[in-house]
Amino acid sequence: MMMTGAQILVEALKREGVEHIFGYAGATICPIADVLRETPSLGYTLVRTEQNAGHMASGYARVTGKTGVCLVTSGPGATNLVTGIATAYLDSIPMVAITGQVPSNLLGRDIFQEVDITGTVAAFSKHSYLVKDAARLPQIVKEAFYIASTGRPGPVLIDIPVDIQEQEVADVTFPESVSIRGYKPSVRGNDLQIKRVAEAISKSRQPVICAGGGVWLAGARDELVELAERYSIPVVKTMMGLSVLPTDHPLNLGMIGAHGNRCANKALAKSDLLIMVGSRVADRAIISPEEIQRRMATIHIDVDPAEIGKNMQAAIPLVGDVKVILRQLLELQVPAPDDAQWREQLKEYRRAELEREFPRREGYVFPGTVLRKLGRLLDDDAAVCVDVGQNQIFACKYLPQKHGRLLTSGGLGTMGYALPAAVGVKVAQPERQTVVICGDGSFQMAMNELAAVRCANMDIKIVLFRNQVLGLVHQIQKTAPYHGPFGVALDGSPDFETIAAAYGIPSMVVRDEDALDETLERFLATQGSCILICEVDPDVGTTD
Amino acid sequence: MKQTISVLVENQAGVLNRITSLFSRRAFNIHSLAVGVTDDPSVSRITIIVESGNSVMEQVEKQLNKLVEVIKVRTLEENSYIGRELMILKVSANSRTRPNIMTLCQICGAKVSDISPTSMTMELSDTPDRLDSFQEMMRTFNILEVVRTGVIALQKGGGKI
Repeated sequence: MMMTGAQILVEALKREGVEHIFGYAGATICPIADVLRETPSLGYTLVRTEQNAGHMASGYARVTGKTGVCLVTSGPGATNLVTGIATAYLDSIPMVAITGQVPSNLLGRDIFQEVDITGTVAAFSKHSYLVKDAARLPQIVKEAFYIASTGRPGPVLIDIPVDIQEQEVADVTFPESVSIRGYKPSVRGNDLQIKRVAEAISKSRQPVICAGGGVWLAGARDELVELAERYSIPVVKTMMGLSVLPTDHPLNLGMIGAHGNRCANKALAKSDLLIMVGSRVADRAIISPEEIQRRMATIHIDVDPAEIGKNMQAAIPLVGDVKVILRQLLELQVPAPDDAQWREQLKEYRRAELEREFPRREGYVFPGTVLRKLGRLLDDDAAVCVDVGQNQIFACKYLPQKHGRLLTSGGLGTMGYALPAAVGVKVAQPERQTVVICGDGSFQMAMNELAAVRCANMDIKIVLFRNQVLGLVHQIQKTAPYHGPFGVALDGSPDFETIAAAYGIPSMVVRDEDALDETLERFLATQGSCILICEVDPDVGTTD
Repeated sequence: MKQTISVLVENQAGVLNRITSLFSRRAFNIHSLAVGVTDDPSVSRITIIVESGNSVMEQVEKQLNKLVEVIKVRTLEENSYIGRELMILKVSANSRTRPNIMTLCQICGAKVSDISPTSMTMELSDTPDRLDSFQEMMRTFNILEVVRTGVIALQKGGGKI
């Protein structure tokens, strides 16, 4: 039987278990669109700008553990998607991005909507393919999903010229498995190293586990909690590792780093053994790796060997799948560290932080107050998508976690991530309570996606902090060595209630903390989506 | 410190772009890079000379290993490999200077590959140091053009990467 390139692609996607595609139409993907319209089993969301197809695929991937798929056209479609790909790369999200390309015989002639997209994404994609023969598509798609989802996950791009989508191939076979000689990710940890780690834990007096996004990516939340509980080791988290432990868990010390919880940073500073699990020692989390290295022993568990020793030299490196390694560790039984005094001390730090009073200002609500109340009201497994800016810092520091997920662009810090990511979550899990936390800056970067929300009648609750300024940069500009704000006032912003209404989405405004409880309850009880606009003092800082 | 890395890669379009992009993005400084197909037509060998310390080298190796098309990476230890570079060098020459140039060529083992009434072109394959000194000696004759391939290297003995 003859198949066209487009038919082969769609069949291969189905064989990979793909159920949904986030995309934006264009001339160079029309052959694929033509097949998709005959394939009702594949869901499709039309985004309003290509970047958000990437973020939606990311949100989808993060809650399902499956590889997210986006499909955009050549040229500007592809370049618009670039930020989505880079965002996924920095957060190690499994994603396959498919781009249309101009006809292969015209490649390199700078014709209409041509751009070298495989060259463009080389520095921030895990791998990429430019397809020159449709007969290679079954193999390429198989490899792309394998590479995207194994080892340290990441985005893989497949660029398909429009004529290749139309090329007819006879006797197509689809490979069942894949073997790539240059790509063999480690899975099991070295047994000797595992033993050394167990001994180090047993001998330590003030151990701390630092959980990163790798714990989520490996699906190792249960194993991590088991390890922490078995040896009573306090846990701090990076932004990407947030929500692996509920806030009220006795071993949870919150988020570390420049914008983190004081108690987490104190624990880190005074620890004698730091066990990093799927965290990559980036600057926002570990401000001074040299200092840590000098003051304590470190264990670094990561699937990516290149992360070990990149920003910090670990005393005991351990490369492999985080879930498998934690299981190997749990198979060993060693005496628990003698650290009761240490834990008591940390509990004090934690209590002080959780119970600290937030400032109050007339006519405004304080983000920390809103988030603390909101978190308590959310479902046990709610997915909270957090944007970038002050809202991100506040949410990561103060939003109480239960057993749900907090999704944010931790690595690249892409504003406008939260709303499309929430759409991706909702597509995957329509019944799951999904909340967006954003500021008026980040909301305006993504509010066109309210159309996608509206179109599918999704129930997404959006908490919008309106301070009419790009808060985090404003805060930086007010601090030495800078001399004051510039280019951060959000003058000319629309009335968000009217925007919401224009999309047929209800909204409410809160500027009085006394009305907060009642408003939040009403907000969460609203049928379908709703936007809660919180009036925030523009001078509020994340350290207030 | 200069270090020599030997890399086996899939012989495919786009591989070199990924490798050079990796070097520029991580601010690893490439001194030279030479690439050619191996005995297996699906595999190319790239020899890269990098200017850097040991910790950077470890990271270079790891980052190279992460590339899907990279099959093997090895940093070659000093004195454990044969490293050669080819240079073609053109100088101004006339009947008066020609004999002097010829003498130097003989001393250094360079071959004359082209000659004209006003110039001479020599080729020399040797270690980079020796190429440097030949080039230095040729400076007195007004060098018109120089091209060097960058080092290619194989490890000594029966072992292979």
